[in-house]
Parts: sequence; C-alpha cells; structure tokens
Amino acid sequence: MTEHLPALQVVVPLIAAPLTVLLRRPLAAWALSVAVCAFSLYTAIRLALQVLAQGPLSYDMGGWAPPWGIEYRIDMANAAVLVLVSLIGTVVAVYARRSVNAEIGHDRRHLFYTAYLLCFTGLLGMAATGDAFNLFVFLEISSLSTYALISIGYDRRALTASYQYLIMGTVGATFLLIGIGFLYVMTGTLNMQDLAQRLPAVMDTRTVKVAFAFIVVGLSLKLALFPLHLWLPNAYAFAPSSVSAFVAATSTKVAIYVLLRFLLTIFGFQFSFEHMPIGNILLVLSVAAMLSASVVAIFQQNVKRLLAYSSVAQVGYITLGISLGTSAGVAAGYLHLLNHALIKGALFLAVGCLFYRINSARLSDLRGAGRSMPWTAAAFVIGGLSLIGMPLTSGFISKWKLVEAALAIGWWPIAVLILATSLLAVIYVWRVVETLYFQSAEEGTAAVSEAPLGLLIPAWGLALANIYFGVDATVTWGLAHGAARALMGGVP
Amino acid sequence: MMEFVGHFNYWIVIFLMMLGFYTLIARGNLVKKLVGLNIFQTSVFILFISMGKVEGGTAPILEPGLGPYSNPLPSVLILTAIVVGVATTAVGLALVVRIREAYGSVEEEDIHKQDESF
Repeated sequence: MTEHLPALQVVVPLIAAPLTVLLRRPLAAWALSVAVCAFSLYTAIRLALQVLAQGPLSYDMGGWAPPWGIEYRIDMANAAVLVLVSLIGTVVAVYARRSVNAEIGHDRRHLFYTAYLLCFTGLLGMAATGDAFNLFVFLEISSLSTYALISIGYDRRALTASYQYLIMGTVGATFLLIGIGFLYVMTGTLNMQDLAQRLPAVMDTRTVKVAFAFIVVGLSLKLALFPLHLWLPNAYAFAPSSVSAFVAATSTKVAIYVLLRFLLTIFGFQFSFEHMPIGNILLVLSVAAMLSASVVAIFQQNVKRLLAYSSVAQVGYITLGISLGTSAGVAAGYLHLLNHALIKGALFLAVGCLFYRINSARLSDLRGAGRSMPWTAAAFVIGGLSLIGMPLTSGFISKWKLVEAALAIGWWPIAVLILATSLLAVIYVWRVVETLYFQSAEEGTAAVSEAPLGLLIPAWGLALANIYFGVDATVTWGLAHGAARALMGGVP
Repeated sequence: MMEFVGHFNYWIVIFLMMLGFYTLIARGNLVKKLVGLNIFQTSVFILFISMGKVEGGTAPILEPGLGPYSNPLPSVLILTAIVVGVATTAVGLALVVRIREAYGSVEEEDIHKQDESF
C-alpha cells in the first residue's frame, strides 16, 4: 500500500464524494468526510516523511510510464502543501457539523459534504500531480465545487458572489488552458519534468513567451493577486462559515504553489526572472496589494469582508517574497503561505463561532460579544495577533524572514513597507477587538452564550498552532526551506 | 494572402475568443455573459484541435497503408475540457436561476441596485 500513497491521497476523497450523496443522512456523510480527511492527513504526513528521507517520489498513474502517462510527483514543495490542505481540511470538517447544521437546510446538508470533499480532492490533486493538463482538470474540480459551496451561503448576495467568482475563475482557468496548449505545441509534452527539459531549446520563441503570460495571468486570477482579486471579498464574506475558513486557508495557497511550480520548475528561474520581468511585475503588484487592500480592510463593516481584504494583502506578502528572486525570498514567501493558512483558518473559524450565536458578522452586531463569548473572542485575538505579526506567533516568524530576505539583497524600502503595512493590520484587527471587548451591546438584544465545544475546539486547535509555530518554527521553516530548495534548484 | 488562408483556423479562433471575451465583459445580462464565456471556451477548443491536425493526416488507426495520421492527443484533451465546460455552464445557469428567484432579475444593474438598498 505504501507505494500507492500518492494515488490514494487523491483517489480516496474522490470516491468518498459520491458516497456521501448515497448516504443521504447528514450525520453519516459528516462522519465519512471526517474519516476521509483524517486519512488524507495521515497519507500526506507519510508522504512528507518519505520525501524527507528518500527525496522526490514519482508515481505512474495506472502503470503508464511518464512522460506518456500521468505522473504524480511529490517533492518537498508539494508535500508541504498536501499536509497543509489535508490538515485544514480535517479541522474544518470536524468544525462543519455544528456550523452546517445551523446554516444549511436539512435536505441539503449531505450535499454540502459532497461538494466539500470534491473541493478537497481538487486541491490535493492540483498539488500532487506532475502533469500540466491534469492540473487544469483538478483546478476545475476544485473551482466548480467551490462555486457550489459559496452559493449556499446565508445571504442572497452569496449567489451573486458565486456567479462573479464563476465568471472570473473560468476565465482564469481557460487562460491557463491556452498557456498549456501553447507549451504543448512547442514541446509535444505535458509532463512537468519533461517540459522543464524541453523548454530551454525553444525559450526564445514568441509562443513560449505568450504561453508564459497566459499562465501567469490565469493563475493570478485564481490566487487573487491584486488587481485580479475582485471576486474574493464577496465570495469569502457571504459563504457559509466553514467554507470561508476552508477556502481562505487553502485555495489561494494551492494556486500560489502552482504559480511557483510553473515559474520555477517548468519555465525555470532563468527564464522567469531574467528573460521575463516577472520579478518586477510581482513586486509592484504585491506592494499595491499590501497597501491598498490593508487600507480598504480598515473601512469594512463586516468582519468576514474585513478578513477577506486582509487575505488579499497577505497574498501580497507571499508574492513579495517570490518577487525578490532569491532562495531566501521564496522560502520566506512559502513560510508565509503555510503560516497565513493557519492564521486565516483560525480567524475565520472564530468568526464562524460568533456567527453561530449571533447570526451576523457585521461589526455593529458584535458589540460586547467578547464578554459573553470569552473563549471565541480569545481565539480571534490570538489569530489577530498572528496576523499582525506579534512575536511568539507564527505571523511574526514569516514576516521576520521576509524582512530578512529583503534586507539581504539591500531592498530596505521593502522591509520598511512590510513593517508599515503591519501597522495597518494593527488598525483593522484592533477595530474588531475593540468592538468585541470595549463596546457594550445595544439594549434589548438577547444575551448570547459561549459557542459549543464542537466549534470551539477546532478554532482553538488552529489558534494554538499559531502560537506553537511561533515559538518553535523548526517544522514550518524546515518545510519552507526544503520547498524553496526543491523549486529553485541551485539558484542562491 | 495564402498565409492568411492557411491560418484560417487561427483567425477564427482569435475572432471567437475576442467575441466571447467582449460579450463576457460588456453584457449586463447574466445569461448572455455565460453565452460569452461558452464562446470564449469554444475558441480554445478549436485552437487545441487545430494544433493536432497534420496536413493530409488520417485518423490515428495503426494499420499498414494508413498514415501519416493526425495527433489524437489534443482531441482527447479537449474532450475532457468540453466536459469541464459543460459542467461550468450547468453550474452557472443553476446560479442564474437562483439569482432570478432571489432578485427577480438577471440584469446586473438591477441586482446591484437592489443590493445597495438591501
């Protein structure tokens, strides 16, 4: 069985998804989802350990040897993403039972788990596959199920948000498809390793450059790089709580991993950063994202929308790390990718707890909630501190590494900017904390009690992970460092 | 002139791609946007299939006397992409139906106006 782990990683949730439709009973569908997610987490950790011990793994799907068959290739760069996605998937699946019961009608609950598992499959598949076209298919599996998941939100605006995401997401995926098509024309292969070997011979053609542009723009839409982030705020704000948490923590992260894979493994560092101006483009857009999205976040009235804009800004930090064009920069960006998933996961789960009791995520309805729901509010505060980058939280480590990487190549204005935008984060996190603790609820509103343990334990699990990886970052930094080495090859 | 005719497929692809993309951006009607999206995707399908064509090539059947044959792989890929496109359209139309139930309109402007006052 051990040799088939890369396939099982993706196939097990894929098979479980239709089973949840057959089960029909929400509780049974939930139990199956949790079991499948936990199995995926086990598989991902086993794979990561195996990669650490023996180096990259290659799996021939169906016994067809690459480059003809579809290859699943696990190295340090995607082993970490697999662990991350399945960890968040498991935590959110546990959380989903109470939250889904409160937010979704009885007859549609089992279908929620179907879409959830399909989305989970798609994200794992995108990370595991070593074939460019297979990647497109998994991207669409995860996207289509995400549209469905968002549209079951509590508000009718969830429908328009989902529609807008569908239009922009499909344009992005089609751009990716065009790019992959051009690469196929030039090289006659779709296998990533094979592409990497054959592309240098045709690097100077316009077709390859156009392919590069299409792929970068298409993926930027999926990872919500400023200014292609317009779908994101409403999608996160109006989706059901557990969907916001899962999508915010994983889907943009996997898209960033795919971008890294294309830039560094397939096109190669030399082409992406020396022949094409990707470093400068990412730098400008990242800085714009960090500044503008942070400022916009300050003025939001809805906590989920506020966190969504903050996500756009945080994606900026990750791409900023990549834009530095050094191994240290990529490692710092990758570390922030892992840490930000933990941060946003914890924050959205905490907001989900508030939503469970108060039935709103508007700041004006959350006044004084910190006193009636102390544990929930405390989890939010821990996540918020990590988002700002306070010492002893994971957010601090990744921002520290980013500043260090920027200073190493003498870009001190960038280092200053990272600190300045962290101050903006202080403002928007403080607005929420102030509302929760220092404003009193309006007269006449019913008193609320603490969220149930089924919601609190997952939220606190991720909040404590933020503290743990802030105190002892050996695991996360080891993964990020290994990933950067796997992606960058020999580039310093 | 001959070159223009020789690249006929690709001119069609560019034309359809721009047409679909323009409809997608410029139209306010949600159903028309989906139609634009479909045209946009279809142009990419034609692009892929055109790539696999070999002049004078036959269907890829391994028989002596037949051949050279066209590359079947792009067609196979596009079969998958068509399925993806159909699924996208289905999800999109389902969303439009529910938007119409919730807002009573499929015009973008109407919907924005209703949300502002909401």
